[in-house]
Amino acid sequence: MTARKRYLRALVITATSLAVILMSTACFGSSNPQDTLAPRGPVAADEKGLFYPIFWIAVVVFFLVEGILVFAMYRFRHRQGTDVIPKQVHGNTRAEIAWTIAPTLLLALISIPTVATVYHLAPTKANNPLNVTVVGHQWWWEFQYPDLGVVTANELHIPTKRHINLVLNSIDVIHAFYVPQLAGQLDVVPGHNNEMYIEANNPGDYSGQCTQFCGTSHAFMRFRVVADQPGDFDSWVAAQKADPVAPGASTQAGARAFATGACIGCHTIKGVSQGKVGPDLTHFASRTTFAGSSLTNEAANVQKWIHDPQSVKPDAKMPNLHLSDDEIASLVTYLESLK
Amino acid sequence: MATLARPMPGVSQRPSRLTYLWSWITTVDHKRIGMLYLTTSMFFFLVGGSEALVLRIQLARPDQRLISADLYNSLFTMHATTMIFLVVMPMGAAFFNFMIPLMIGARDVAFPRLNALSYWIYLFGAILINTGWLTNAAPNDGWFGYANLTTLAYSPGHNQDYWFVGLQIVGLASLIASFNFIVTILNMRAPGMRLMRMPVFVWMSLVTNVLLALALPVITVALLELMFDRLFAANFFNVAKGGDPVLWQHLFWLFGHPEVYIMILPAMGIVSEVLPTFSRKPLFGYPVVVFSGVAIGVMSWGVWAHHMFTTGLGSTANSAFAVSTMLIAVPTGVKIFNWIATLWDGDIRLKTPLYFSIGFVAMFIIGGLSGVTHAVVPSDWEQHQTYYIVAHFHYVLFGGSIFGLFSGIYYWFPKMTGRLLSEKIGLWHFWLMLIGFNLTFGPFHLLGLDGMPRRIYTYAAGNGWGFWNGVSSDGAFIIAFSILLFLVNVARTMRKPADAGDDPWDGRTLEWTIPSPPPEYNFARIPVVQARDPLWHQKLLRRFSPLRADQAEVESEHGEEHIHMPAPSYYPFLTALGLPLMGYGLIYQSESKGLFALVVLGVVVILLGAYGWATEPS
Repeated sequence: MTARKRYLRALVITATSLAVILMSTACFGSSNPQDTLAPRGPVAADEKGLFYPIFWIAVVVFFLVEGILVFAMYRFRHRQGTDVIPKQVHGNTRAEIAWTIAPTLLLALISIPTVATVYHLAPTKANNPLNVTVVGHQWWWEFQYPDLGVVTANELHIPTKRHINLVLNSIDVIHAFYVPQLAGQLDVVPGHNNEMYIEANNPGDYSGQCTQFCGTSHAFMRFRVVADQPGDFDSWVAAQKADPVAPGASTQAGARAFATGACIGCHTIKGVSQGKVGPDLTHFASRTTFAGSSLTNEAANVQKWIHDPQSVKPDAKMPNLHLSDDEIASLVTYLESLK
Repeated sequence: MATLARPMPGVSQRPSRLTYLWSWITTVDHKRIGMLYLTTSMFFFLVGGSEALVLRIQLARPDQRLISADLYNSLFTMHATTMIFLVVMPMGAAFFNFMIPLMIGARDVAFPRLNALSYWIYLFGAILINTGWLTNAAPNDGWFGYANLTTLAYSPGHNQDYWFVGLQIVGLASLIASFNFIVTILNMRAPGMRLMRMPVFVWMSLVTNVLLALALPVITVALLELMFDRLFAANFFNVAKGGDPVLWQHLFWLFGHPEVYIMILPAMGIVSEVLPTFSRKPLFGYPVVVFSGVAIGVMSWGVWAHHMFTTGLGSTANSAFAVSTMLIAVPTGVKIFNWIATLWDGDIRLKTPLYFSIGFVAMFIIGGLSGVTHAVVPSDWEQHQTYYIVAHFHYVLFGGSIFGLFSGIYYWFPKMTGRLLSEKIGLWHFWLMLIGFNLTFGPFHLLGLDGMPRRIYTYAAGNGWGFWNGVSSDGAFIIAFSILLFLVNVARTMRKPADAGDDPWDGRTLEWTIPSPPPEYNFARIPVVQARDPLWHQKLLRRFSPLRADQAEVESEHGEEHIHMPAPSYYPFLTALGLPLMGYGLIYQSESKGLFALVVLGVVVILLGAYGWATEPS
């Protein structure tokens, strides 16, 4: 009897603690930057809106079925010293029909909002959208604003409360565009122009990441979406369209090193070079991160990057140029001046 | 035929007296081949598990760089490739080999030499793909190998060559085995063993092997296209020349989804044997369970694009595959209800095999429920390629297949070796594995919902993923410890005398009517089957109407016969040996065209093997 009681108590405790863990993680979400259950825009909110009802149905089914399983195991266990052949039941047509129909109905019920939301979230012609072309590179993101004449990298600026129409393309392999708090994933497939839209409710900084394995440094193909108030966004656009800051006394050496070095083969600085392999550096210093958003944009990090890009992002296209410390220092000063 | 001192011209020889090692190399006995499959797949289970442990150490804390990105990518690729192609599939084949003939009352499989051939091909393919580690060219583009990343332009080393060559060889092994088992099940059943009297494990094996026969050609097409792209500058996946990487995804998942059921159906078959045995009741709703299995097999061909909800197939395709995916949950759910109903009102003997089967059901429910959330496309867009998916398929493949396979090992170990594994260590193994499993993979749900992508070798501290990753890594070591206990259990048991007896579990099916381990010919007399669960039927008769039991006994005694067993053969081994030769030739032909000679040599070896095979005296 006591063993039986202990058994029961252990069961109850396990079940309750499991339930508590489930509920707490499900209801409170977290403040983590890629939390899929903390949407900050209508698309992600619709996606989350589908998750929760199904999650709760699953929780009910879980406790029901697992409960019956554990109960059956306990209740019908062999008692020592007995020798009975249990009733040889081969089946029960009614029960089997019932437990075929019940899940079918439940799933049919779930499929209705599923299909409706699929069509609802399909890319549409909205009023006054902002068009952005997203180009995936191994391992960084290029963002082109075809209507505004702006090109930037790894940080996508958008105005709040506006329909942002994204056209996704890749110049090499398949990537995936994922900003969990704004929208779910869509693959960035070379030769395809996949379309999706996002919208941010409030100003903020939303973390994103490539989710389709794309080679060695897939882990470092991160990016950020920065949502600005429409006014702030307009001034950001104006700043990005401006010519780069002219070199002053302190940045002269770096500017010369850039313009006469290997840099120009791959990078664009408006009026200086037209390289297309790496990110556009015209307003490099206006970005808060670089190298696939894996480093914060500060002098020490840029210096580390130029010194040996492979040690930061293995197999990155940018080679180790074997520059002297002085050359690197002057390049860093110049790049950090390009607001 | 030791008397044939001088061979007749043009006739090859059967091996005569053999040493220990040669007796294994030339064996065509389905039981010995089954043991070879089981031990080889268990070895690779340890390999794949060790790879997983290194992955977990690397991910235990944020911003760790204990191993390089490239090594990490190779490890996750080889972990999945190993577990899927070198562990779960061949471990299923181990049980097909050992148990199907015993359960249907046959003396061997339909094509014993073909059976040996498939094992040797599997072994050589497995070795080949793993030798990539030695040349620093282990495959590193994922087990799914999405083109165009796998093409020469983006994967210039030999890594992907090892992958497509190795998978084609291993696939050939499964393909050959599948025809063998289909023919065996359809043609070699004992008299009276009608289809609807077959044990459910045999039914699920039949479905699995039909799926294998149909699915493997699909991935072979994809792998051949990749091979032509890489070796001969074809352009199937070259975007610049009008190729399309999405073609790969369709082919791969058209294979890949039936593959999922190829991995789970054998385990479902095992559970459907274990639950009735230990609750001493027939399987509840046998026809329903059988037809659910068949329905799952058929429907598995109509759900592949749920792996591609983020590819950009458009709303119509996404909706259609969402609905078909939800539908396939119905037969799976039905099976679970039938299993629980089998336990209901039984006289449940709580032995290790039963614990593992219950573990299977309990964990599979979780995997099934999270699976339904993937079918909800917009919700899946948030979870696709995150750890939420990794959680889901480990709950069905580890919580499902691996628990089911261990249940099979504990259940049939006494039949295979004549020895019962220790219950005490077995229960420790079960509970530690169950706890470790949930600690490892449970947190993956939370990490996925927190937006952590798969296949990243490190992550920033600011994402807040550190805690659950730490828990998960601890759990992985608990699993590893439980597996260690299992190995200790096997090692200790094998030193004990083989005294398990014919029928230690009070079983129901034909394999428990013969000695453990079974003699080479299995059945001295081919049994006559009068009912589903023939042995149990007999036991009930004997208990409740002994007169009828005696009559049945007399009936089955008719037909004394000469036992003819297939002789051992060198040629399956020799024939299989040609394939890795061809494989290495293909992998390295780009280094020097002279290496094409290796391909030719491989072809010659295969032809020689086939010639010897064809002219062997029977």
